[in-house]
Amino acid sequence: MKDISICLNGEVRQIAVAPNETLLDVLRNRLGIKTPKEGCGRGDCGACTILLDGKAVRSCLILAIEVHGQSITTLEGVGANGLTALQKAFVKNNVFQCGFCASGVILAASALLAENPQPTESEVREALAGNLCRCTGYEPIVETVLAVAKQAARQPAASRRTRS
Amino acid sequence: MSIACEFDYAKAVSLKDALRLLARRVSGGAVPLAGGTDLVAWLRDGTAAPGRLVDIKGIKALCGIRLKAGQLWMGANTPFADIVESPLVRKHAPILVEAAGMAASVGVRNRATIAGNICSAVPCCDSGPALLVYGARIHVATSRGTKTIPAKRWFIGPRQTALPKGGIVTGISIPIAKHAGAFAKLKRYRGEDLAQASVAVRVDPSGNWQVAYGSVAPTPIRGPQVERVLKGVKKPDAALVKKAAALAETEVAPITDIRSSAVYRRMMVGVMLSRAIPLAVRRVSGRGPAYGINVLEEEAS
Repeated sequence: MKDISICLNGEVRQIAVAPNETLLDVLRNRLGIKTPKEGCGRGDCGACTILLDGKAVRSCLILAIEVHGQSITTLEGVGANGLTALQKAFVKNNVFQCGFCASGVILAASALLAENPQPTESEVREALAGNLCRCTGYEPIVETVLAVAKQAARQPAASRRTRS
Repeated sequence: MSIACEFDYAKAVSLKDALRLLARRVSGGAVPLAGGTDLVAWLRDGTAAPGRLVDIKGIKALCGIRLKAGQLWMGANTPFADIVESPLVRKHAPILVEAAGMAASVGVRNRATIAGNICSAVPCCDSGPALLVYGARIHVATSRGTKTIPAKRWFIGPRQTALPKGGIVTGISIPIAKHAGAFAKLKRYRGEDLAQASVAVRVDPSGNWQVAYGSVAPTPIRGPQVERVLKGVKKPDAALVKKAAALAETEVAPITDIRSSAVYRRMMVGVMLSRAIPLAVRRVSGRGPAYGINVLEEEAS
């Protein structure tokens, strides 16, 4: 076991981890962070997406011991101060059905909008191509991300909120 | 439990430190860990069971993309996302940008490194064909010193490379020269997928062609017969493109697997080559679409 220190959703956390524990398992089973899901467990489905130093990554393919000193944001952190504009739009448009992919999709889309506030449709599709959804057929997800980006362009304050 | 095997983990602070950690005896052997997108998946499914992981991500000397002695140098820790976004790579190795942009998904590309991609050396490795047409060199360090290995001698078999035991890839370099090209990848669907087949094409202003294929042999391979028939032709006409495509189908050696039948792979290599050649011609003369497109979709429309 080795002690690691991470900044998890803005809070410094310390925990002893074994080298063979994945970040996903440590988050879910030991740190009470349940929004990253285990889907495929091999990096294909995106359900375990988290933001590592602001970048969308697969927590199932990262060992917890690797991320010592790094900053992690999960959906718990994104929505900590109330739903973001993106989340509100997803709710309003009733975008998700079963919701298993939702946390990964929201994080991947949030990372995209933070880097590229006015993405094209193909950029949205590319950013979300690694987040599999078996319910929606993706159309409502893509449409909503584009609509939120468009709305943010009209309302600069709302855009900052989306990026948080 | 997600990962059944047990191993130690050590984070190397320097190349020397990493080589020392890799050399120290451990049951199961020691392996370098960079992005981990292949290695951790293999630890999970039991394909790999090393005794020690040596994390090389903290080694500054293996990070970054820069120009060095007329070469474009990419450190071993460079993730695919950095390659896609780098103005230097876009300028000097745009075919690699096109290939890197087709690799897996954003969430994997943010972590997966190009050096890891060629060390995993699966036949469908997306960076392989581009590195082959560029005549890239793989820089390797061992406890005995450093050496460079040409990409064409790197890939030995599925998951087998010329990396010496206990060695580490430190970077990959590509010679700088005026050129254009294209990378085409056939997938089962629009989202992320491993290649069913892929083709990289490079041409210089004198009409010297380099061609390579992925997913149609035990390793990424060059296409010497197609290169010969195109040699010196700056603008191959439709008949020559057709001839090259027919030759491509005969110089690959695909198998049938879960992603595709051998015959489909063979035929699609011809189709992809016949799209990639005219695209490279348009690009070398300064016309043609920017790099980073899905060649099969854009050129069909």
